[in-house]
Amino acid sequence: MERNEILKKITEIARDVFDNDEVELTEQTTAADVEEWDSLSHLSLISDIEREFGIRFTLSEISGSKNVGEFIDALIKHLDRT
Amino acid sequence: MYSFKDLRKKSKQAVDGTPRRLAILGDISTQFLAVAVRGFAAFEYLPLEVYDTDYNQIEAQLLDPTSEVYGFEPDSILLWLATDKLYEEFLDLPLEARSGFASSIMQKITMYWDLIAQHCKANILQMNFTEVDDKSLGNYSCKVDSAFVYQIRKLNFMLAEAMEQRKDIYPIDLLSVQVRLGTSAFYDAPLYYNAKMSVSTDALPYVAKAVIDVQKALAGRIKKCVVLDLDNTLWGGVIGDDGMDNIEIGELGRGHVFTDFQRWLKQLKECGIILCVCSKNNEDTAKKPFEEHDEMILRLLDIALFVANWDDKASNIRLIQKTLNIGMDSIVFIDDNPFERNLVRQMIPEIEVPELPEDPALYLGYLQEQNYFETASFTGAGSDRTKLYQAEFERTKLMMSFESIDGYLESLEMIGEAKPFEESKYSRIAQLTQRSNQFNLRTVRYTDADIQSIANDPNYVTLYYTLRDKFGDHGLVGVVIMKKKNEEELFIDTWLMSCRVLKRGMEEYIVNGFMREAKKRGYKRVYGEYIPTPKNAMVKDIYKVMGFEEISENNYVMDVSKYKEKKIYIKE
Repeated sequence: MERNEILKKITEIARDVFDNDEVELTEQTTAADVEEWDSLSHLSLISDIEREFGIRFTLSEISGSKNVGEFIDALIKHLDRT
Repeated sequence: MYSFKDLRKKSKQAVDGTPRRLAILGDISTQFLAVAVRGFAAFEYLPLEVYDTDYNQIEAQLLDPTSEVYGFEPDSILLWLATDKLYEEFLDLPLEARSGFASSIMQKITMYWDLIAQHCKANILQMNFTEVDDKSLGNYSCKVDSAFVYQIRKLNFMLAEAMEQRKDIYPIDLLSVQVRLGTSAFYDAPLYYNAKMSVSTDALPYVAKAVIDVQKALAGRIKKCVVLDLDNTLWGGVIGDDGMDNIEIGELGRGHVFTDFQRWLKQLKECGIILCVCSKNNEDTAKKPFEEHDEMILRLLDIALFVANWDDKASNIRLIQKTLNIGMDSIVFIDDNPFERNLVRQMIPEIEVPELPEDPALYLGYLQEQNYFETASFTGAGSDRTKLYQAEFERTKLMMSFESIDGYLESLEMIGEAKPFEESKYSRIAQLTQRSNQFNLRTVRYTDADIQSIANDPNYVTLYYTLRDKFGDHGLVGVVIMKKKNEEELFIDTWLMSCRVLKRGMEEYIVNGFMREAKKRGYKRVYGEYIPTPKNAMVKDIYKVMGFEEISENNYVMDVSKYKEKKIYIKE
């Protein structure tokens, strides 16, 4: 799956989790950029992404990704493995 | 089961009514559980307000009389000491102190209970303990009292004993959720280390269900009665067709499945659940296994109301409900037949109708998983209610009148077909003539070869009938063989139908079909005969009901020109 396709999917999921259709994600977006993105919604986001793509993130990926771009790197690594 | 995502969305929806108030206290993060519980309550139309305390606040909240939890004035407080935390505490203890671990935790929990009782009126929902597969000494751990598995199992047992002594404590059997899902699905290590959540998001809905089940029971929403079908539900086979000797019940083969199912039902009855029977059968035939079959677990004495007749099941269930004088929503209706289930569900939306798996071997596990019989009390000694209801039933049975089911039949979108016998169907037709006992007017048995020669004989008019509806195909369910008496008259040699499709207009459809066929071929009169057998009483009056004229006992005639097509909901 292409990077921008993944970004599009993740944006959709984020809009759903944050309950806000205005949310726009880029590779550079961080949690601080989105008002609704707190620790709880972060976990919901991860859980929904894991479900959607059928993968499981490692602990360091969940807590260590600095922005959406790094998150997509991790996702692609998992997708390549399966 | 709902997903966590479903619950999260639903949690934002309010439910009308005065809410019960639930405070959640845990030594791990309970935010997601609070969301899941709110969502589950909304799905169950249970008004519930949930107060979630911050992580690891149990003692601070319970010791301070002015704490937020007490200020919330909860009806219930959920106490959750997670095994993950206990495990860490346990390993930090010196080896020699570990044997006393369960006792010391139990003391702590008892202290929590006492604090709650002192400071508020709330009852307590107490989570029991999941297991950690520690394996410090391998399997040997199980018998070493300083091993974690030994202590956590002991703790669960001590907890059970302590709860038994106190009326205001209601267990949440978290361990059973772990057992059902398996540890790998129940637990998510990255989630625990990242967010201090001790169950996976996939397992949360099951935990929320357990909490809501208990809340519903506390709100008085409990099941009181199970209404049971008989054929292929309580035993394998059809009593009316197969007879006492051939139904499957007992330790042999598939019978074992039904025996174990009955064992479980008997236990329900001993716990105070009322068992009733609702079956499409002749009453005598249906009762016989309960009276005479050696291997039946359930006996007539176990059944409060025994309803066996040929009316539709929704009407019969209403009769049962009125007699017992309990809410429809406290009744569970168990039937293997999807048609009956859908009819009852459609006619009585409040009733609980489990979607039984097709394989009877799976009935029991499926029903156990649904947890219908949550309760908030247990008195022990078996109740004598069964007998009381049995008497009351005889009185009300006479007073009942039944509603029409036309609307339901129409919604089924039934499609029927009537065709002359054809080669590919000979065996099925022969089989039906050999096996059908109840809806069978003359009970004439034919072999494959007989059917073939009848099909090819110009002196016979033959028809087979099929039926399907929006829920599925019933296949070949009816057979009619008419023999030519002379150029103007036909005699119905065979008319049989599968009891599976009773009372949905198939009878009328069949008559319409053969009368039309007689007319098309230029016959003037059609004769019918009923030959009584011990099993076919249900069709004794069918010709009369269909408008045939009685010419002598059990003999009837219909004038082709006078026949008016019956109104039915089966299309061609």
